[in-house]
Amino acid sequence: MTGAIVVEGVRKRYGDRHALDGLDLLVGRGTVHAVLGPNGAGKTTLVRVLSTLLRPDAGRVEVAGHDVVREARRVRSRIGLLGQHAALDEELGGRQNLEMFGRLHHLGARGARVRADELLERFGLADTGRKAVRAYSGGMRRRLDLAASLITEPEVLFLDEPTTGLDPRGRAEVWAAVRSLVGSGTTVLLTTQYLEEADQLADRISVVDRGRVIADGTADELKSRTGGDRIDVVLRDAGLLGAAVALLPFAGDGVSVEADRRLLSAPVTDRMAALAAVVRVLEEAGIEAEDIALRRPTLDEVFLHLTGGEARAHLAGDERRAEEAV
Amino acid sequence: MSTTYDTVHAGDRGTRWPGEPGGPRELRAGTRLFSDCWTMTRREFARWARQPVQAVVGLVFPVMLLLMFGYLVGGGRGVEGDYVDYLVPGMLALTMTFGLEGTMLAVTQDLGKGVIDRFRSLPMANGAVLMGRSAADMFQSAVGLAVLTGVGYALGWRADSTPGAFLGAMGLLLLLRFAMLWIGIHLAMVAGKPELVQAVQILVWPVGFLSNVFAAPDSMPGWLGTAVEWNPMSQTATAVRDLLGGPGGEPGHVAAAVLWPLALLAVFFPLAVRRFARLSR
Repeated sequence: MTGAIVVEGVRKRYGDRHALDGLDLLVGRGTVHAVLGPNGAGKTTLVRVLSTLLRPDAGRVEVAGHDVVREARRVRSRIGLLGQHAALDEELGGRQNLEMFGRLHHLGARGARVRADELLERFGLADTGRKAVRAYSGGMRRRLDLAASLITEPEVLFLDEPTTGLDPRGRAEVWAAVRSLVGSGTTVLLTTQYLEEADQLADRISVVDRGRVIADGTADELKSRTGGDRIDVVLRDAGLLGAAVALLPFAGDGVSVEADRRLLSAPVTDRMAALAAVVRVLEEAGIEAEDIALRRPTLDEVFLHLTGGEARAHLAGDERRAEEAV
Repeated sequence: MSTTYDTVHAGDRGTRWPGEPGGPRELRAGTRLFSDCWTMTRREFARWARQPVQAVVGLVFPVMLLLMFGYLVGGGRGVEGDYVDYLVPGMLALTMTFGLEGTMLAVTQDLGKGVIDRFRSLPMANGAVLMGRSAADMFQSAVGLAVLTGVGYALGWRADSTPGAFLGAMGLLLLLRFAMLWIGIHLAMVAGKPELVQAVQILVWPVGFLSNVFAAPDSMPGWLGTAVEWNPMSQTATAVRDLLGGPGGEPGHVAAAVLWPLALLAVFFPLAVRRFARLSR
């Protein structure tokens, strides 16, 4: 198989908890692949196995064409790893950190120095390269961390929740940096709890729950799997939601009602016909609508659909749905 | 977006992939180990250069203890002869033992920050992380010995020995430090939390005092004196006193001062190495 990452039936157990429970994954070269899941789904364990930090109990794992257990060193010279927390020497300066990691990649003293300068320049850290990392802001630290994982312009880059704990600006910086890798030939695997992040950055998404991939595809494919488009209707009077649901011509499976937001949401097949029907029915019944919007389902809904609604607490779906509803 | 980055194309990468000309070199195993150890050791030097105050405080602390006990306290029970002559070799042994804290703290921090994980994800030589740590800590301890001996000399302490015996004494002290180093690495790998480093930093004191560093065991109640004599630090201190010709030295302790640290190493070196290997479990 020719994928940059090939995972077959990988298992990893801690005591009686199966962190990875027969997980399969195939990531094509040069693509950005998101592994999406709630806390405890096994995302970090997967990244640790892929980056040779953890030995799997069973299964086959190949990264950049090499087995992560038997050919760990070959894998290590071809990957970059960005963990959840900045793995830097806080007492040293930014340049010193990059030079150290460059030497450990065996670039040689001069090579490591040249490379450190290139990376500092590229990530906008040239002016602060001498400062101790301790004095860096969260975003700067993350960029330096990312630079450290790109020392050799790796074939495969792992980003474990790269924007967790960053402010919106820091997040935008990391996103920009990840996008700049697209087209460089580097394969990126990133884990995230943010559906928006997966949607924004990734070519393909694997939804992971309890150590298994429960769905796999492009963002559009995953969205269409929950039944296509939806229509959201916000009423002036929440008391009329029940009446409105009864009147709507397409009412059936998949209609959801949120009384506190005076919102009803239903899947539709023919967008324009549904819109016209809703407007007409509500007008005839004298029910006042505040807002009517057609939209694609969000990844939150995809996730809820796939996991049977259990993961709701992890996902701030409501806010984001409000943002995305046009 | 506040920051933009140029898209990098395969053609204008600044570095090359392994195997490409000008890219990372495939080093032979021995060269790789040496090179990586040296990088890890350099890292510690760079840290000291970054934090000169802390480095100096680390060196001054035993000197302070020496001055305090030598002049403020001014004597130990059951010590015959000049107290400073008795105290200097003991302080050397104590400093080597207390080095355990520094090792443990450094390893704990690296583990906690994920730095060790990053090292483990690099194509480094397997042993380099711990060996680099050892080399740096041993170097620091050697400097510590030099400073403390120098201060002792300034205070009028004189070694009454041949150069060979002097070097032998220093060797015994560094051997004790080496054993403490691996105990420190092991404790850091087991505990892994800064709170436990604090506990160890407190606990080394009673262990330090339960020795013949400050007072002669003859002056203590029988059971205490026995415990004190069994303390590996006491063995080293007695052997060093003997080799340097000061009060409190007894012949025949050199063997114990070699065997004790070796025994500790035989236990803690494999334990620490196994713990490190088990990080991948």
